[in-house]
Amino acid sequence: MAEKIMAGVTVQVNDEGYLEDPSQWTKEIAMEIANDLNIALTDKHFEVLDFLRAKYKAGTTLTIRMVGNSGIVDIKELYKLFPAGPLKFSSKIAGIPKPTSCV
Amino acid sequence: MNNLLILGGGTAGAMMANKLRKALDRKDWKITIVDKDKTHYYQPGFLFIPFGIYKEQDVIKPKAKFFPTGVEVIFANTEKINADGNSVTLEGGRILSYDYLIIATGTEIRPDQTPGMKDKLWYKNIFDFYTLEGALALEQVLKTWQGGKLVVAITDLPIKCPVAPLEFVFLAEAFFTKKSMRNKVDITFVTPLSGAFTKPIATQMLSKLLTTKNIKVVTDFYIERIDNEKKKLISYDEKEIAFDLLAIVPLNMGDKVIARSGLGDDMNYVPTDKYTLQSKAHNNIFVIGDATDLPTSKAGSVAHFAGDILFENILNTIKGNSLIASFDGHANCFIETGYGKGTLIDFNYDTEPLPGAYPVPIIGPFMLLKNNRLNHYGKLIFKWIYWYFLPTGRKLPVKSEMTMSGKRKPK
Repeated sequence: MAEKIMAGVTVQVNDEGYLEDPSQWTKEIAMEIANDLNIALTDKHFEVLDFLRAKYKAGTTLTIRMVGNSGIVDIKELYKLFPAGPLKFSSKIAGIPKPTSCV
Repeated sequence: MNNLLILGGGTAGAMMANKLRKALDRKDWKITIVDKDKTHYYQPGFLFIPFGIYKEQDVIKPKAKFFPTGVEVIFANTEKINADGNSVTLEGGRILSYDYLIIATGTEIRPDQTPGMKDKLWYKNIFDFYTLEGALALEQVLKTWQGGKLVVAITDLPIKCPVAPLEFVFLAEAFFTKKSMRNKVDITFVTPLSGAFTKPIATQMLSKLLTTKNIKVVTDFYIERIDNEKKKLISYDEKEIAFDLLAIVPLNMGDKVIARSGLGDDMNYVPTDKYTLQSKAHNNIFVIGDATDLPTSKAGSVAHFAGDILFENILNTIKGNSLIASFDGHANCFIETGYGKGTLIDFNYDTEPLPGAYPVPIIGPFMLLKNNRLNHYGKLIFKWIYWYFLPTGRKLPVKSEMTMSGKRKPK
């Protein structure tokens, strides 16, 4: 675990830069993480992030298909919003742990 | 008279019927089991059929053989579970009420969920190996196939037996080598994951094996559709992979009755407490096997280990006690790697597969994450172990909880 200053606040992140504590997340932090990934966040991005945070909080295992069924975006749009890492990058920006696929 | 109803008479359902019939007094408890299919399939054996190692008769037995006496068995389709009314409606309208319900309806492949999968090329150039029908059709094609691009692809996770697609490529590689045509076959393994397997240490070991065997791996490939004209897999981010022969693992989903009953998530799996195995929505419903949304493998070994926990918790709930038995997500799988060798993994919710010995520390006889002959014999013997121990609910001489003794974490 390492400390990092993001958007002016000190937060704990893991080796891959995912927030350790989702409650430390703010929209400003999201924008800073997104910036590092070369993603400019729009309202649509934030709708997806809110969805992911709500599902994570409810203890649900996150999948790309679930986001595709959310009514916010379909899977193709999700790929366009978060190229090359639809779930990995969106989770990182949403301040929740990297989704691990269960064995 | 109290009613305990079990939906699904596969590995998990038959096992629970056997355990509970012994424990619950026949004067007070009626046990009913409902299934739509009379045949019990030894599903781990499907993998061997395309390569001519197993025949159909190796993998089928009548389900009725595994149900204990004193249990009412009904072979019928289930229309709906009325969880709020504590009853189940069968096709034709018959209603069965229950005090406790065990859902063991499993998971199924859904090739209809991916555009172009169940289309012109289905069972011509595209095959599944998760059904007896698919495995037999593939066997016929492989007998005379002249070579080309063989692609083995996973549509999405979770899938039943997550190691099976890897075993498939290993066995295919050995099969073509034996037929002296390995140089005519280009083998590619395609996965939506970022590595060959889900967990890092096992991925490292398996990736090395794949490289040694000259099997290509394409990761992060999330299939949107299959182009039947061009014979190509197309991903959501518009990457393409051409194939001549495609062995596909279609999307896996829980039984449609779960969706009809409003009891599932968007993959038709029942939200289940990962420790107690109780349904999150209804106190008198319990869930076991592939039908759950538990974050562990969908596999017979998991159902077996979970069975001991569920048995205790059903007795706990009947006695009015709290559900103190807790499942750790224990899974255990032999992995065939071809040429009479195999490897073995053993893990749970919190511990990834590690090297070591199983079930006895140092002695084994099986060696975790080692590729050797004995592990392969373990897999072959497992067919006998399966028929004798699993659906019958007999106790295997290994612990239900995963143990760290005999395992070591590599530096």
